[in-house]
Amino acid sequence: MRDQYKHNIDTDISITYIVTSKRLTLIASLGVTIGIAIFIFMNCMTAGFTQKSNAMIFNNTPHIRVYEEDQISKPLFKNNDTNMLNLISNPKIVPRSNRIIDPERIVALLKSQPEVTIVTPQIAVNIFYNSGMSLITGNASGVGIMEADQMFAIRSTMVEGKMEDLEVFPNGILLGVGVASKMNVKTGDNISITSSRNITKVMKVAGLFKTKNSLTDKTKSYISIHSAQQLMREGASYVTDINVDVVDFNKAADYSTRFSALTGYKAEDWKAANETLVSAANMRSVLVSAISLSILLVAGFGIYNILNMTISQKINDIAILKAMGFQSSDVIRIFVLQGALIGLMGILAGLLLAILLVFLTSRIYLGGDIGYFPIVFDTYIFIKGSLFGLFITLLAGYLPARKAANVDPVSIFRK
Amino acid sequence: MQTEIILKADQIGKFFYSPEKFKVLDNISFTVNKGEFVSLVGKSGSGKSTLLYILSTMDTEYQGGLTIDGDLVTGKKQNALAALRNEKIGFVFQFHYLLNEFSCLKNVMIPALRLGRYSRKEIEYRAYEKLRMLGMHNQALKPSAKLSGGQQQRVAIARALINDPLIIMGDEPTGNLDSRNTDIVFEAFQKLAQEFGQTIIAVTHDNDFADKSDRIIEMMDGQIVSPHFNP
Repeated sequence: MRDQYKHNIDTDISITYIVTSKRLTLIASLGVTIGIAIFIFMNCMTAGFTQKSNAMIFNNTPHIRVYEEDQISKPLFKNNDTNMLNLISNPKIVPRSNRIIDPERIVALLKSQPEVTIVTPQIAVNIFYNSGMSLITGNASGVGIMEADQMFAIRSTMVEGKMEDLEVFPNGILLGVGVASKMNVKTGDNISITSSRNITKVMKVAGLFKTKNSLTDKTKSYISIHSAQQLMREGASYVTDINVDVVDFNKAADYSTRFSALTGYKAEDWKAANETLVSAANMRSVLVSAISLSILLVAGFGIYNILNMTISQKINDIAILKAMGFQSSDVIRIFVLQGALIGLMGILAGLLLAILLVFLTSRIYLGGDIGYFPIVFDTYIFIKGSLFGLFITLLAGYLPARKAANVDPVSIFRK
Repeated sequence: MQTEIILKADQIGKFFYSPEKFKVLDNISFTVNKGEFVSLVGKSGSGKSTLLYILSTMDTEYQGGLTIDGDLVTGKKQNALAALRNEKIGFVFQFHYLLNEFSCLKNVMIPALRLGRYSRKEIEYRAYEKLRMLGMHNQALKPSAKLSGGQQQRVAIARALINDPLIIMGDEPTGNLDSRNTDIVFEAFQKLAQEFGQTIIAVTHDNDFADKSDRIIEMMDGQIVSPHFNP
């Protein structure tokens, strides 16, 4: 006979409290709204910055670069045999070529790895661009242009000429727009370049490209691998670097150690090659996380305060409810639910506000190398923000609710 | 009418520890029968309110034993006591303590909704019946804060009755009321005891009220001085 109906009277009471104190509820949920919105907004901004800076890095850095590292001669050759002399020499770079021996085999080996998407050999050449009296230092990458395009998205940066012409003309060159304007050349013109090995070659401009990094545009050019080998006065098997792209660039560091062991050459991941940029990004993300979390925490304190206030106002109600047979768990449920409902309203409004903020910010044009404001709409961040918000509001509701549950009704009635 | 013991206090004692150790109740023993209307009287500080709150099961820090409806409640867990209060005890306080955010009807319904013995519809019907008995059914849908003190106290009594408790406890239930409302409340209590066999235990300062009840337990310095029955 007893307890055959389950009336959700606790929920009833919570909702009544919320409805009858609209102003307090509104203020508390507004705090959560702002907290959540800022949290999501700032994290989306960080994600946008990171994405942008990664995109800039991957414009001319592969995920992993395999190359022959310069070796330092062993300064001291210690002999354990006391009858023999110890050999001492000055530490210096071992004078040998930094070429990769048998690049075909290494390329094939790397291509057979499941996590590898693109493998392309490359020759880096330091060159001077000559045009009459003007002499500009720069660097040319000897590449197979189609594979390099897959890796660095060269086609999307072309502003003049055709990228494919690099394969057609034996002496074609793709110039950065910065170089071209300094040299005053356009597609179809000839320029001469001189390599560090003092080989001069006349090249035909096959096209111009403009990346989002003006420094790159002022120095870089692409030439065919054969031209690069000629400039280095080397044969057809000469390759200095093998560029590798993998499926998940965030795991590049793990792969690089394995590839090192596999190939016997130094494999450097993009994070190691761009330590400054990566550490700046890390710093930014720590900073933003700290700020946005503290804003969320402040919102939590808002709920905590308002619930504390409500509980002080409702202390008589709590006492009478307990006298009438409501258990401590009922009282906790009433106030935690109140906090959670306030939080939920705040979170929903916060999500909408965050969507609006992200959208508006993404429409801001900054110009320069950046273009539109780098901000991404990341569902994962929205989910994370909501969960954090929910956790903090539940906690902020639970602490005062527990206090309410411990109210001794007798002490209230005897006052 | 056959007498049936509904509440039994067995050598109940209690100390207050602040500001200093003080014996507020000393060896209180008595029984209350079903359908009895008992007044607890005494000067301020005599311990009558303290005794009432021990009998109500809300105060659990005492020596001795308390039996309600043949069941020893001393030493039970808080949740069990809450369930017992919900089902078997109704409260009426000096300051009516209605929940201001709710209508009168909802206030009356709350303990029944907690108990869950009837459906919501039945509870609403029963709440109307209780309000009708106290002449408050016309105000049922008003917010409780809009009523006068006497009206609020009548709603509070209806709330105390909603689960048909065995015992109704009052802590100066008429303490704040004018004589007209006092009479209404007294008559309601009397009717409950006589017609429905519900037991009333009320602390009061009002001698008229006490004199009209079945039995007066007078307290002084933590002891019962004159358990006497009104004719």
